[in-house]
Amino acid sequence: MKSIPLLLVLVATAVTAAGCGGSDDTLTVYSGREEELVAPLFDMFTAETGIDVQVRYGDSAELAATIAEEGDNSPADVFFAQDPGSLGSVDAQLETLPKDILDRVDPRFRDAEGRWTGTSGRSRVIVYNTDALAEDEVPDSVFDLIDPKWDGRIGIAPTNASFQAFVTAMRLSEGGEATRTWLEDLKDLSPKEYEKNTPVVEAAAAGEIELGLVNHYYLYLVREEQPDAPIENHFLAPGDPGSLVSVAGAAVLASSDQSEDAERFVAFLLSDEAQRFYVDEAEEAEYPLIDGIEAKAGLPPLSSLQGPDVDLTSFGAEHEATIELLRETGYLT
Amino acid sequence: MSRGAGTRPPLALVLAAGVVVALLLLPLAYLVLRVASGGEVLEILGEPTTWRLVRNTVLLAAGVVTCAVLVGVPLAWLVTRTDLPLRRLWAAAGALPLVIPSYVAAFCLLGFFGERGLLADALGVERLPAVKGYWGSLVALTLATYPYVFVLSQSAFRALDPSLEEAARGLGTSGRRTFLRVTAPGIRPAVGLGALLVTLYTFSDFGVVSLMDYDTLTRAIYVQYKSLFDRAPAATLALLLVALSGVALAVEYRLRRRGRLYRSGPGTRRPQPVVRLGRWRAPALLFCTAVVGLFLVLPTAVLAYWLSRGIANERELGLPWSEALHSVVASGLAAGAAVLAALPVAILALRYPSRAGRLLERLSYAGNALPGLVIALSLVFFAARWASPVYQTLALLVFAYVVRFFPQGLSGVESALETVSPRQEEAARSLGLGPLRALAVVTVPLVRPGVLAGAALVFLSAMKELPATLLLRPIGFDTLATEIWGLTQVGAYSRAAVPALMLIVVSAPVLYLVSSERRFESGASG
Repeated sequence: MKSIPLLLVLVATAVTAAGCGGSDDTLTVYSGREEELVAPLFDMFTAETGIDVQVRYGDSAELAATIAEEGDNSPADVFFAQDPGSLGSVDAQLETLPKDILDRVDPRFRDAEGRWTGTSGRSRVIVYNTDALAEDEVPDSVFDLIDPKWDGRIGIAPTNASFQAFVTAMRLSEGGEATRTWLEDLKDLSPKEYEKNTPVVEAAAAGEIELGLVNHYYLYLVREEQPDAPIENHFLAPGDPGSLVSVAGAAVLASSDQSEDAERFVAFLLSDEAQRFYVDEAEEAEYPLIDGIEAKAGLPPLSSLQGPDVDLTSFGAEHEATIELLRETGYLT
Repeated sequence: MSRGAGTRPPLALVLAAGVVVALLLLPLAYLVLRVASGGEVLEILGEPTTWRLVRNTVLLAAGVVTCAVLVGVPLAWLVTRTDLPLRRLWAAAGALPLVIPSYVAAFCLLGFFGERGLLADALGVERLPAVKGYWGSLVALTLATYPYVFVLSQSAFRALDPSLEEAARGLGTSGRRTFLRVTAPGIRPAVGLGALLVTLYTFSDFGVVSLMDYDTLTRAIYVQYKSLFDRAPAATLALLLVALSGVALAVEYRLRRRGRLYRSGPGTRRPQPVVRLGRWRAPALLFCTAVVGLFLVLPTAVLAYWLSRGIANERELGLPWSEALHSVVASGLAAGAAVLAALPVAILALRYPSRAGRLLERLSYAGNALPGLVIALSLVFFAARWASPVYQTLALLVFAYVVRFFPQGLSGVESALETVSPRQEEAARSLGLGPLRALAVVTVPLVRPGVLAGAALVFLSAMKELPATLLLRPIGFDTLATEIWGLTQVGAYSRAAVPALMLIVVSAPVLYLVSSERRFESGASG
């Protein structure tokens, strides 16, 4: 049988792979943030503290669902997620973070009960094609998008958490009925729908659409791939729901048996060194959240961004109503 | 049917089949638990949206099955039975799209045919009509699934005993009637199985419908899960999907029952009669070129274009060797485990026909229509609670692959068993061998090509599996599929092209192994 050596190789590799499971003093992080973007942060942490980290990368919402299914048996110590909604959906399984960690971040960027904290910020913007539009032609409010002239020229990603968070912000700041009307009016303009932010920005770059409702940092990712793409971000007027500033964040699981190391990791994410990473190293230019560290050159300072007056903490609980509204208005099924 | 109703299957066989099917039903048990805890079933079933999703899902599956059969069966006939030039090449190239993950296929098709895609660029036109929605999904899913029909019909065409057709011709039947009365029924079980696999694949696919923006039950299930709260509605929709696959299973079963043909003897691996194409040669070549051009060359070319753009932009492009090794190891183990698990189920269903055996066999398909995410979360639920030592180990990942792709392994074993007459085992038993021993000595060597084909299907599906791999793999166990996912997440297509091309290159030899004619023949005679 010539397949025997092959079998042996398979089994040997399987045994080796089984052996690389974590030892007891390894910190386990579930990361909904992309490996491509945040992997250096984990190396920096290990170099600084000597604590080994193993990371399970995945989609934030899917990892939240995994944590929920695992219950108290979750192997995760830390949940590092893309959005407040994912963190909020498992808040019953999270421990309250120590005060000195929470104090580093402006209260508007963390959970009111202290179960998770933002670690970097992102602003909603309108990305536009610079061949098609001059900046002063781009609306300063999402309400100005409701105009027949934009018919067929707008791109959105309604199944994506970031678009849904924006709708939640609009509901909370402008009311449910105003939001429903806005969504219905937008639908009449036949916006083009994409899977998530990156394809929206790419479509704007390709001229498939002229305007896209996205988070600000995808522009930089697309530029990595297409350095000459004719696209720019337009930041909306203060207070407009379309200028929502949201966060990626981190939390420690209550079921963790290494909560001390886990808290050290969250504290590290808010250290000067890690926060500077978003400014100096990261491809995608997110906002650092702690005082004294300015955003990447070319970005308006965080303090100048005034999103709508809403509490990110409630986004988890409000999510369901947003989904329902998006379903009723035909954006989701 | 061959055996009298009095023949009882060996107890060991029944037990083995029972355990296998019970394990395969874990995701269903999870869904029932979830629905029971939520309880808005009637409300969801009463919503018009739900039925629109059902309609969309059925329409898409019907379209994809039709296209997959129209592409797969003629192609299989051409490469096995005719004097088509370069048959080996067409056979290999025709099966190769099987190794392209459907989400990669969708990316490539959008990149090429998109409103502002490469084609629009090349033609120098402002924009092309959008190819998203139903038609875009149809093309991408046909690409991903027609090889199931192609590979299975190919083995059926080869395994068909030429003496049956010769006998028909000898009795004065015309060529066309012989095809309709002898050849077509002979390959019907294989085509039916292929169509079933295509249907279930289409039901479970998320990548394509999400990129193409077409609403199906599976897409709605994902949206529900991502809405993060109540998991009961998603579970209800998933059970609806299981019900739909029940219908597909019933249809396939009826098709298969209508008459079957066995080989007359094991030793008669004679060369098949070759059909001369004559003036049909050019259209046949055109057909093959079109299929291979659209479904293999085009996506590969788009990947190559992205890669070249990455090289031009000087992006870091390393070869993901360890990811490739991980993919091969996990998929190889899954392929072996799946066919081993399929043997008792197939033997019980086909050799000891009984209501219970048939039911077990049908039940083993039930989970295949479920989206990978649902299967993954169900195994998370059970393993984290009651099997924590294997949770997030390679063993659980392999198990998840077997749960997802079991029917593909089973299809190979069954279509091979279908063509081996039980009389041969009976002869062996009359010479004093026990039932299991008779199977081992007589049947197993005869079914080896089919078993290999089944194992290969499982292997290739597992190579490209994504949702369950993401959630269940051991931490740090990156595969080619997770690598592609990670890079496309951040829009780095030029870098994602490297693991995608590597996936194709690594999988191709496995396909060659099963689709090469020589291999089949030596497998059957030795």
